Amino acid sequence: MINLTVNEQPVTVPEGTTILQAVRAAGVELPTLCFHEGLAPYGACRLCMVSIAAPRHALVASCAYPVEEGLAVETNSPEAVSARRLALEFLLSRCPQSEVIQEMAAQEGVTASRFGTPPPERAEELCVLCGLCVRVCREAIGAAAIGFIGRGMERRVGTPFDIQAATCIGCGACAEICPTKAIKIEDRGNKRILHTWHTTVELHKCPQCGKLFAPEPMAFLGEMFPEIEEQWALCPECRRARTAQQWVEQRFTSPA
Amino acid sequence: MPLIPQPPPPAGGALLARLHAINAEYGYLPEEELRRAAEELGVPLSQVYSAATFYAAFSFQPRGRHTIHVCLGTACYIRGGEKLLEKLESTLGVRPGETTDDRAFTVETVHCVGSCSMSPVMRVDGDTYGRLRADLLPRILRKYREQEAGGVSDEGM
Repeated sequence: MINLTVNEQPVTVPEGTTILQAVRAAGVELPTLCFHEGLAPYGACRLCMVSIAAPRHALVASCAYPVEEGLAVETNSPEAVSARRLALEFLLSRCPQSEVIQEMAAQEGVTASRFGTPPPERAEELCVLCGLCVRVCREAIGAAAIGFIGRGMERRVGTPFDIQAATCIGCGACAEICPTKAIKIEDRGNKRILHTWHTTVELHKCPQCGKLFAPEPMAFLGEMFPEIEEQWALCPECRRARTAQQWVEQRFTSPA
Repeated sequence: MPLIPQPPPPAGGALLARLHAINAEYGYLPEEELRRAAEELGVPLSQVYSAATFYAAFSFQPRGRHTIHVCLGTACYIRGGEKLLEKLESTLGVRPGETTDDRAFTVETVHCVGSCSMSPVMRVDGDTYGRLRADLLPRILRKYREQEAGGVSDEGM
């Protein structure tokens, strides 16, 4: 176990914990956009900046910094606060229309950005380039259907050549994990349309009730996990109904 | 662990070396070559595309047979590099990064080629032309067009 202090309050956490996790374990709040506990630390959004006063003085991204013995973390030092506010000013300048960013900024006392507003063609921009969608698709799903494209001002997320991604399974994890709701996905008819990725996949129909409930390319899950293969065929409601039915039958037909 | 089993990681650096090889072979990165590279190296296409779009050294447009680099480094800029570029743009009808319709020239800008004493400087296929003036450009361009024996029909400048 590692002993450290967060705002002078002692905390003990297992080795390998990040400062961010330790801070949150101590009940202290820190904003994040690019952090997700299921994915490797990335350090892109710079919202979780904290000062460390010992063993040496530094300003660090807490999500990517492993704890060490004797660490003294200060979340509200003037430099940490100003680093977070600066990051928020940049984000606000990029995505002035994003309610999520507006709220986060307001919480840190940032209501305006010194860095201007985006050009008209990007006025509606919601993507903060946190990379969560790219990373969940690559790290957790394993499809790697999307990636960063270009660099600098032109950097954005998209599919190779901006056409239908052959490896996309239509799971929607990208839209689910997006902190600023920048990814547009819609189920229309028997299709799931991932507008942002110029990609469309077929939806699987429940053989019992006819409801469309999962993208066809995800059928591989049924083959991968034989124990769910039979259930995979049914939609969640039919599956639940059947399980309940089985339970009731079992309960009232066999001696208790 | 990802849900979908992953291939073993490729040898480090293999991707960029491959992209350089493709770019050297074709003068740009054709889509089908990138798809093949992704498959052969076992790298996701999204990652190949990411790297390919990140580096300015790679082009997605077919390139001209001659590449013109106009220097806009500090010394060349002060001594009229911008005027050279304007003249090239108006004579060839392309902007930096673009290629003429006849695929003869691709125009690009650079920031210093280390020949500041000869500023303003322009390089064509690695040949450096120094102390340039805009009115000398047509003659240089003509030289490269004349070098091309047969093949493409070019009007002189």
